[in-house]
Amino acid sequence: MNISKLARRSDYSWEMPKRGDMRVPAVIFAGESLIREMDEKVAEQISNVACLPGIVEAAYAMPDAHWGYGFPIGGVAAFDPDEGGVVSAGGVGFDISCGVRALKTGLRVPEIESVRARLARTLAAAIPAGVGSTGSLHLDDRELDRMLENGARWAVGRGFGRPDDLDRVEERGRMEGADPAEISRQARRRQRDEMGTLGSGNHYMEVQRVSLVYDDRAAAAMGFSVGDVLVSLHCGSRGLGHQVGTEFVSRMAEAAPRFGLTLPERDLACAPIKSPLGQSYLGAMRAAINCALANRQILTHLARIAFAEVLPQASLDVFYDVSHNTCKLEEHEAGGRRRSLYVHRKGATRAFGPGRPELPEALRPFGQPVLIGGTMGTASHILLGTAESEKTAFASAAHGAGRAMSRHQAAKQWRGAQLVKELASRGVLIESPSMRGVAEEAPGAYKDVDAVAEATERAGLARRLLRLAPMICVKG
Amino acid sequence: MFRQAKAMDPIKTKRREARWEHFSHGADIGVRGIGPSRDKAFEQAALALTAVVCNPKRVKPVQRVTVSCSAADQELLLVAWLNAVIAEMSARKMLFSRFSVRSRGLRLKAVIKGEKADPRRHAPAVEPKGATLTALDIGRWRQRGLWTVQCVVDV
Repeated sequence: MNISKLARRSDYSWEMPKRGDMRVPAVIFAGESLIREMDEKVAEQISNVACLPGIVEAAYAMPDAHWGYGFPIGGVAAFDPDEGGVVSAGGVGFDISCGVRALKTGLRVPEIESVRARLARTLAAAIPAGVGSTGSLHLDDRELDRMLENGARWAVGRGFGRPDDLDRVEERGRMEGADPAEISRQARRRQRDEMGTLGSGNHYMEVQRVSLVYDDRAAAAMGFSVGDVLVSLHCGSRGLGHQVGTEFVSRMAEAAPRFGLTLPERDLACAPIKSPLGQSYLGAMRAAINCALANRQILTHLARIAFAEVLPQASLDVFYDVSHNTCKLEEHEAGGRRRSLYVHRKGATRAFGPGRPELPEALRPFGQPVLIGGTMGTASHILLGTAESEKTAFASAAHGAGRAMSRHQAAKQWRGAQLVKELASRGVLIESPSMRGVAEEAPGAYKDVDAVAEATERAGLARRLLRLAPMICVKG
Repeated sequence: MFRQAKAMDPIKTKRREARWEHFSHGADIGVRGIGPSRDKAFEQAALALTAVVCNPKRVKPVQRVTVSCSAADQELLLVAWLNAVIAEMSARKMLFSRFSVRSRGLRLKAVIKGEKADPRRHAPAVEPKGATLTALDIGRWRQRGLWTVQCVVDV
């Protein structure tokens, strides 16, 4: 990105002042090298977001931002319903409530070294992943409705996990306001056999070790130290969420002229929050959030079964589950007053500061965990929301490494089998049915996740807690 | 990154046969169909969609499915068509390699043929989530006898 059109607010915060149809400025959080690597499209798209009605304060892009659909991935924007604010299907994305769940295994690295290959194979066999995979459940309409209303709570009720898991899931595992009646027949059809499936692309289940602790005190209080083993899951609302996104992007794009909305890009498809279409989308999107929460809950259960087979002493307690493609109604200070705003986070993680009632009691003194998923060859990070982050970008932070190269380029540059071999020599076991898929997800196709985590901290969006290095990666 | 949102002029390439292409997008992938009619270009775009997942030549056209869709304009019709194929891939756990499109105005009917996805034989790389409105472009060179249709697919 050409930085000449940006005003430097600090080393990690850059502003595009209001111009043209922009109602608010656009702000990009990143260090200079990350921002120079960003596609020009990020600047164009975040400026377009700043043009939408009812937007409050500014349109924000996180340090891992890259070109998306309408909104950039890594985009954050809040809208006031009382000022004509909109809800945007393009501002949430196709994989509604895609997110990361981290599990504490209670194990140390030496305990898994001798069984690592067996554990990798067992996990790969237990976790349905990739195109065409199905879960063990087949849901009829009535059961699907229950799942869509109750999310992870439904899954626990069906025996997938433990009741105490729910305390560590955003929204306590159940998104309020879901309306299963807004879920189309096609979306239901796509989901009937997909509960408890991982998906493909950048979705994964990883066994990771704590390679670095940034905050000894907080880590110790939460029971983490270097050498601990965790499991991370990255996936979302599967076919149902994709279908909801697909249908509402088209419906909103078609309806835009009726609402008097001129969209700079059709993918910015949106509708006034108070309109029937806006309300329909919110009901459907919240149901899709519940689908994602239920899906990650079932995958947790499957991971526990696999671990029990190989390492029965493992506990796999949920540390935290956070979604990064959502629109949520939240209370924030903006314009000198407390307001209820619809906060869109598309490839961005909520990062509430300490004390927020939304956080589980055990984590309330520390702030909301921000789970930044990395690549199979580099690292992931756990950060914490802070009092400062609470006031910045509506309590939002980065969500991942962010792609630096297209799939097309990556597939030309790397060979999957060679990558698997190289990573194995560095102690990372990859389980995937597709070598082309592995090549497209090559670690080198992503930005430097350590730089993203550092920029997130330095921009005041969250503070670093742990760095996690991959040991086993199961991909679809 | 994305360097080619607009379709290449097929005349300049001196290739007039129906075909498909991919084009780069930062995180995902663009699909492009080129053909002597809009229907043929739509068919090729669907082949490009399959090629995002696996080599279409490995997909046997043994099972037949019919799909239909409509839209408010022809750009959205392309998106609706590709999304109809994606929905069948997802719901039926199938991959498709033969497409026969018949459209009239803004309504489309098609017969698509393929088989159940087989991870070993197809080694599918990614799962398409949805066709998007990004880089959506259609019919730019129809006056020269070739249609080019394209959009980015979220994977």
